[in-house]
Parts: sequence; structure tokens; C-alpha cells
Amino acid sequence: MSTFTPSDARETAETVAWAAAEGRALEIVAGGTKRGLGRPMTTEHVLDVSRLAGVVTYEPAELVLTVRPGERLAAIAAALEAEGQMLAFEPPDWRQLLGSSGEQTLGGIVACNLSGPRRLRAGAARDFVLGFSAVNGFGETWKAGGKVVKNVTGYDMAKLQAGAYGTLSVLTEITVKTTPRPATSCTLALAGLDDEAAIAALARGLNSPFEVTGAAHLPARSARRSGVGAVAGGAAAVTLLRLEGPPASVAWRADALEALLGRAVRLGDAETRAVWRELGAVAPLLGPGRRVVWRLCPTPSRAASLAGACRAAFDSAEVFYDWGGGLVWLALDQAEAADDGGAARVRAAIAGMGGHATLIAAPDSIRAATPVFQPEERGVALLGARVKRGFDPRAILNPGRLREGL
Amino acid sequence: MIAMPEPDRAVLARRAEIVAALRTIVPGEGVIDRAAELSAFECDGLTAYRQPPMVAVLPGTTAQVVEVLRYCAMNGVKVVPRGAGTSLSGGALPLADGVLLGMGKFNRIREVDVANRCVVAEPGVTNLAITQAVEGLGLYYAPDPSSQIACTIGGNVAENSGGVHCLKYGLTTNNVIGVELATIEGELLRFGGKHFDASGYDLLGAIIGSEGMLGVVTEVTVRVLPKPPGARALLIGFASVEGAGACVAGVIGAGVIPGGMEIMDKLAVEAAEAFVHAGYPLDAAALMIVELDGCEAEVDALVAEVEAIALENGATSCRSSRSERERLLFWAGRKAAFPAVGRISPDYYCMDGTIPRREIGRVLRRIEAMEGEYGLRCANVFHAGDGNLHPLVLYDANKPGELDRAEAFGSAILRLCVDVGGVLTGEHGVGVEKRDLMDTMFTEIDLAQQQRLKCAFDAGGLLNPGKVFPQLCRCAELGRMHVSGGALPFPDLPRF
Ligand SMILES: Cc1cc2nc3c(=O)[nH]c(=O)nc-3n(C[C@H](O)[C@H](O)[C@H](O)COP(=O)(O)OP(=O)(O)OC[C@H]3O[C@@H](n4cnc5c(N)ncnc54)[C@H](O)[C@@H]3O)c2cc1C
Ligand SMILES: Cc1cc2nc3c(=O)[nH]c(=O)nc-3n(C[C@H](O)[C@H](O)[C@H](O)COP(=O)(O)OP(=O)(O)OC[C@H]3O[C@@H](n4cnc5c(N)ncnc54)[C@H](O)[C@@H]3O)c2cc1C
Repeated sequence: MSTFTPSDARETAETVAWAAAEGRALEIVAGGTKRGLGRPMTTEHVLDVSRLAGVVTYEPAELVLTVRPGERLAAIAAALEAEGQMLAFEPPDWRQLLGSSGEQTLGGIVACNLSGPRRLRAGAARDFVLGFSAVNGFGETWKAGGKVVKNVTGYDMAKLQAGAYGTLSVLTEITVKTTPRPATSCTLALAGLDDEAAIAALARGLNSPFEVTGAAHLPARSARRSGVGAVAGGAAAVTLLRLEGPPASVAWRADALEALLGRAVRLGDAETRAVWRELGAVAPLLGPGRRVVWRLCPTPSRAASLAGACRAAFDSAEVFYDWGGGLVWLALDQAEAADDGGAARVRAAIAGMGGHATLIAAPDSIRAATPVFQPEERGVALLGARVKRGFDPRAILNPGRLREGL
Repeated sequence: MIAMPEPDRAVLARRAEIVAALRTIVPGEGVIDRAAELSAFECDGLTAYRQPPMVAVLPGTTAQVVEVLRYCAMNGVKVVPRGAGTSLSGGALPLADGVLLGMGKFNRIREVDVANRCVVAEPGVTNLAITQAVEGLGLYYAPDPSSQIACTIGGNVAENSGGVHCLKYGLTTNNVIGVELATIEGELLRFGGKHFDASGYDLLGAIIGSEGMLGVVTEVTVRVLPKPPGARALLIGFASVEGAGACVAGVIGAGVIPGGMEIMDKLAVEAAEAFVHAGYPLDAAALMIVELDGCEAEVDALVAEVEAIALENGATSCRSSRSERERLLFWAGRKAAFPAVGRISPDYYCMDGTIPRREIGRVLRRIEAMEGEYGLRCANVFHAGDGNLHPLVLYDANKPGELDRAEAFGSAILRLCVDVGGVLTGEHGVGVEKRDLMDTMFTEIDLAQQQRLKCAFDAGGLLNPGKVFPQLCRCAELGRMHVSGGALPFPDLPRF
């Protein structure tokens, strides 16, 4: 087993072309903070793209940033912050959740289409990728999209590339759309709602014209784990709604939202940043003991009944909600979850609620034994396999990372 | 003129048999084969290109769509889907040897789901009808093409359409969360739904904007948004297009994302004012319409900020809407700008390139110079906030040579857009119109990769062929692996 560390796009293409000709499978890593995510693979060689780093161009007035994919997220965030901008999809930090260390890269975030709490309003990572260059499984360098904010020239390949977990092409350059940072933020915290009432309250907030950019609910047990006093202190469930924007607007909307939803505690800008960063990082479920963690994306209004079904199926089930119920995080004791990580019962619970369940954090043995990603309908799965063949006919790029044979 | 693929003689020879077979699937009036009636479908919004289809089929049920596609796949018959036929790129241009599949009968809204803020609609529902279905609930569907009273949500999905509000709220792709798609093989598949994100490849994202070439959309689920608590529009006049362009960059650079930010040049303003009487200033070289939305305090602050930036960039006049009625009037002129230009010229040819915002002034100047070179006038009305230009080249198809000159002028504009770092189309799609310019942006390898995606959905190349790609794809050839030998080409590559 060798590790290849190409320093530019050309060397990347040469490596992949060699692997394609030889039929040797490559695991693409940028360092590996998310190596424990997805199905474990048995690949012969490692393609380490972390040297493909650096900002190519950043034009704040155009809201356009082009980087090489190994560029570290922290460095990007700092560069954007200096210009009063941000990545609106709020890339989450799952290092603690996945038990990994090192620095996240933009390539890894885009490849896995990971988005944080603001996804609800601003869109997912996939919505911000304007264009990219990549090397496909033929070893060919190709590109799609552009470097302007609005473009429909050709198929929208960026959507396909985001969330493909590196199984279609190796990214060598990414252009993303940046967003002005809001001047301030505030969070309304409603105490003591049960799950059903909380999801209904979040829906009312989201249906209001007050531009809620975060909508989460922490049942009492997970609320207690927050590092933010106002959330942990009450020993009760906490329902959170975030507002962002100019100070006068935020204050006005907070009043209006409180009039709509009832009395709430208000968290200021610093506490707001802290608590939503925790939620993105799934911190409320990082309890003691050996756990497996699931990410469920149901029809939002069904979130509480989905959680109920999970609690009925597992004594150890613990949940919290984000995206107004569109995202349910579920932790199970590894012992109770057993060999399949609880997959059979979790997927039985989400069946009929329209959505999908992904096993995020679990030991390799469990992720190898059970489909990590929601099994697709037969026709869709077949199509996906054909798409894969069109990019990587010899299955040398992260083979098996998404599912067996893909 | 751009040539369409040579009709398949064998298919044309079987026309009567094909029509009869289609009638067994879609009974009654749903299959049209008389020349007089077929001419109704001979073009879309790109009127310079006309071709009646071999036969038109207007199915009324999803099962019929599936059956028609399955029949066509088995018999090697090409299919061109059509919504309202407002495409400006010739996306719905029929083929002489093809079935034109009109989706107009699919015009019901199937569900309004308030709790999940979404609407499930049939593909033939108009864009505006979706907003109208949820208006009473304080919600709306954000992408708003100027053609919204006519164009269908199925067409919007196929073109990934935009509108004046997509600067802040995104294009179709950012607002559609699910589709049901009938494949050419006659399978009915669902992508997305009411939930967030895909598990597995984001095929929904690839289907949106695929110009009717990957499948026929039979149902669409869209996200609807709460209407902002308030909105005000500003009409800002500039003595030069450069000033207006610089103002756009200034506003965005200051971190303000308006609900909409549009520019019209003098010719477009004159045409719109004569048509709609919106009170536009006729002395300005360029008119900017900026909409700022949010709560009152926020709108007040934003209006003041934008006014200040406008003055710094040489604004000569600035008016703010004082009522909802006036705000809508300000927009009415903009939304009617294309038909308004249609009143001052027998024909016009609408371009759609996007450029970096900083290039707006320079590109508009260059276009002005080209008017002389091509001997044709050009009106500009466009989504300035996105850098998405809509130069309207005015011509008269009855005057010999004018259409050719208009096309040459249009191509020159699009090449210019690409030269300054932009793209061929921001929202109208490639279609027939820009097909042969694709190589200004993409290499053969780039285009081959896109066509391999097409091959996964439609290996026979029967869905809307002749559009988007300058060369028809041969899937077997594209899938072949050219193995170049086994030696690692650079032994000095660091490994550890
Ligand atoms: C201690 C330590 C120090 C480091 N210091 C530096 C440093 O100073 N500078 C530096 O640049 N890097 C450094 N790195 C490497 C950097 O941390 C890695 O780039 C990063 O950890 C991995 O990125 P990730 O976790 O976002 O993605 P990964 O977990 O590596 O990848 C996530 C997924 O994305 C896929 N993927 C990743 N990249 C691509 C791509 N380009 N195309 C297609 N698919 C892709 C992967 O195959 C995988 O499926 C360091 C790493 C460590 C452990
Ligand atoms: C005056 C005017 C103003 C316009 N303003 C704008 C604007 O502001 N922004 C903008 O983006 N566009 C604009 N357009 C362009 C046009 O309205 C859009 O592209 C629209 O989305 C086309 O919808 P349609 O229903 O008319 O589709 P058609 O023109 O019928 O078809 C367009 C494409 O979609 C495919 N298609 C249609 N229905 C389906 C289906 N059910 N399944 C699969 N494929 C399908 C067709 O094959 C074709 O490729 C404008 C057009 C006009 C005439």
C-alpha cells in the first residue's frame, strides 16, 4: 500500500490515470477527519490530496471564492471573516462526533455535502458550489459550472459532485459563493415544551415573516449537556430559534416572534454563536459511554413521531432536533443497537415518514455490516450505479464508500 | 441558423403506424397529427426557429406519459417535452421525426402542506399559480421569471429558471425539493421529497436544469417561503451605464443583498414607459430598480444605505415607492420589458450571459459599440445583482440578412461574456440557441463527462436530441476506457 501525495491537478490526474489503467482502487483523503464516515473501504492505495491547498482567487465584491480543495476550513473562515463574509451553509465540525483530529478541508465538506443549522434557510453546501475542476475515474481532468453566481450552462454537475463522497471524481479546484455576515444574532429560547409542541412552535416561527435562520429543539437530557448556561441551566427542554441581521431588525423580529410564540429567554450574539456551533457539532449527544449516532432526515412535521418510534424501539434512544424537525439526531447505546447499529429498527421507524436515515458515528465493524446510507428504491439505485460507471467505470475512486458496488 | 439532427427516414416512413399506436395510449383529442394543428407547436419563445413535430401528444395521466415514453423507447422515436413553450433558447423546439409531448393538461396543485412549507404541483401548473395557491397563507414561491403567468413549473425545473428575486432567494434548483420523473425507459422514479438533502447521489440536483434531456417531470414539490414583512422599491437614474454598474458592485460589496436589483438602459426604459406608464425617468442613461425587504426598521436603514451608495456612483435621481401599489408599478415596467421591446421592433433576440458584476459597465459599453458594427439596435434589461445580462437584439426577420446579423451579434455578445470570465447562460438554458457556443466554455472532455450523465438516463439519446450538446453523443464510445499503459508516469512522486 502506498500513499500518493500529488502537489497539483496534473499530478493528481497522472496518479488517477495510472490507477485506472492498473485497476487499482484509491482512497481519497485530505487528511482524514471524516474517514470514519460512510462505509469502510478496503482500497489498495491512498490518494492524499491535502497538498492541493491554497486560495486561488477571492473577490469579496463578487461573493466568489475559488480554492484548491485541501484548503483548510479554518483558514477559509478566517479569510472570509476578515471581509465580513462567511459560508452561509455553516459547515459543521464533526471531529468530536467521529473521534477524529486534524483540520477539516473544504474539499471534504463539499464531497460529503455537510451543512449546519443554517441549511434550513440558506441551503446546503451543494447550493453554494458554483463550479469546480476535477479528475474523473478515467484520469481525465474536467470542469463544470463557472465563477459567477448565476449559471445554467450545461448540466448542474456541482450538485452531483457534492455529496458523492469522492466516488465520482477527485476535486482539484472548487468555486463557492460567499455571503455577507450578519451584523449580529440572537436566539430565543422557549423552555419546557414537549417534542410535539416544540416542532409545532418551530413551524410557526418558520412560517412567520421574521426570517428564522435556526430552529432546534433539545429535550431536557441533551439540553443539560450544553456548554451555554442559559440552555443547560433550566433542567428542562429548550426550543431555540435564531435571528440574524442588523441589530435594529433583529430586536424588532425578536419582539415579534416572542409575541407569536410566548415568553422566551434571549441569548445574545456570543451565546448564540456558541450554542449553534454546538448543535452543528452534535455536541448534545456526545455523552459518556459507547454510542452509535444516526442522522435522520424525515418530513419535518413528522419529526416528533419519528423520535417517539425510536424511543419505543430502544430504551437508550436519545434525540435532539434541528432544521425545524427536518433533522433528527439519534444516539443509541452501542450494546442495545447491536450488530447492525440499530439499522433495522431505525429504518422501520422512518419508513413512511418520507426521508432517510444515515449511520454517522459507529465502529468500522458495524458500518461494514450494515448499509450506512439509506438503501434507495431499486430504479434510483440502478440509475446511481450507471452514473457511477459514467464517471469511474473501473470503480477506483473510493469504491464502496457510499454503498457496496458504488 | 443552427442545424438540427437529420430526421430519421425510417421513423418518418412509419408515421401513420406510430400515430395509431399513440392513439391507443392517449385516446381522443390527445394525439394531434393534422398539419394545421401541429403548427401551434412549431416554436417556443425562440421564434426564429420553427419546426412542426411529427406528431403532438397531450397526455392527461402519468400512466399515459409512462406508456408513451416506453413506446417511443421501444420504437426508437425521439421525444421533445413541452410546458408552456416560453423557452427563449429553443429548448422546446420540436423535431420533424419526433413526438412533441405537451404537459399542459397536468395543471392541478396536488397539495399545499403548510406545516412543511411546501406545495406539490403537477408539471403544467404555472409558476404564478403556485404563489397564488399559498398567498392567503402569507407564503409565496420565490423564483419569479417575468414569464410567470404563462411558464410552467415543469419548464422551470427543466431550465432551472430564475427571476428578479433569485439574487436573494435562489434559482429553481434552490427552491425545488422533490420531483417525480418518468424515464425514457418508462420507469417512474422519485427524487427528493419533503425532506432535506439526498441520501446517495443528488440526482434531483442534476435533473433540475437538464433541459428535458434526462426524463419527463410528472410532479414537482417546491419549498414556499413566508412573505417578508415589508418591501420597498427604489428607482434610481444614472447618467451612464458605468455608474449603474459600479453601484451594483458597491451595494453587494457593502454586504447588502437586495430582494432584487435590476437595470434597464435608455432604450428599454423608453419602451417600458410607453407600454406601462410606470413613471420611469426618461432622461436617465440607465435606470436601476432595487428592492429592499424585511421589517420596517431594516428597510429604512437599507434604503438609506443604498441611496448613499447610489449618490457616490453618480445617481441623478432616486425615488422610493410610497405604497405597495407603487412598488408593484415600479416592477410592472420591468416585468413587461420584453413585450414592451416587442412593440418597438418586429422581432427581438434575447441573450442571457452572466458576467462578474465588476464588468457590467465595460461590457455594456462594448455592446453599444457592437450595435454600429452589426447595424442593429440592442436594448438591455437585466438582473444586475447577479450580473445576468439580457441584451435584446432588435431585428426584422422580414428584412433579408437581419436574422443572420442578429444571431452573429448575439454570439459576439456571448463570447464577450465568456471572455470577461462569465458564462453563456444565467437562466434561459442552452437549448438550440447556444448549443454551438458550448466550446467557448468547455473542452471536449468537459462535454463528454456531461454526456456520460445523459447516457445514464437515456442511452439511446431519444430525449430532446439536438439541444445543449454541439455533437450528438454515442454512449458506447463515451464509456470506453482508453488504457494508456501501466507504468506510473512519475516515479519521483513523493510516496510514504
Ligand atoms: C495533524 C494534522 C495536521 C495537518 N496540517 C495540515 C496543514 O497544515 N495544511 C494542510 O493543507 N493540511 C493539513 N492537514 C491535512 C488536513 O487536515 C486534511 O486536509 C483534512 O484533515 C482532511 O479533510 P477533511 O477531513 O475535510 O476530509 P477527509 O476526511 O479527508 O475526506 C472526506 C471525504 O471527502 C473526500 N474527499 C476529500 N477530498 C476530496 C477531493 N479533493 N476530491 C474528491 N473527494 C474528496 C474523501 O475521499 C472523503 O470521502 C493536516 C492533517 C493532520 C491530521
Ligand atoms: C417574455 C418572457 C420572459 C421571460 N423571463 C424569464 C425570466 O425572467 N427568467 C427566466 O429564467 N426565464 C424567463 N423566460 C424563459 C422561460 O419562460 C423559462 O425558461 C420557463 O421556465 C420555460 O417554461 P415553459 O413551461 O414555457 O417551458 P417550455 O418552453 O415549454 O420548455 C422549456 C424546456 O423545458 C422542457 N420541459 C418542459 N416541461 C417539461 C417537463 N414536464 N419535463 C421535462 N422537461 C420539460 C422542454 O423540453 C424544454 O427543454 C422568459 C420567457 C419569455 C417569453
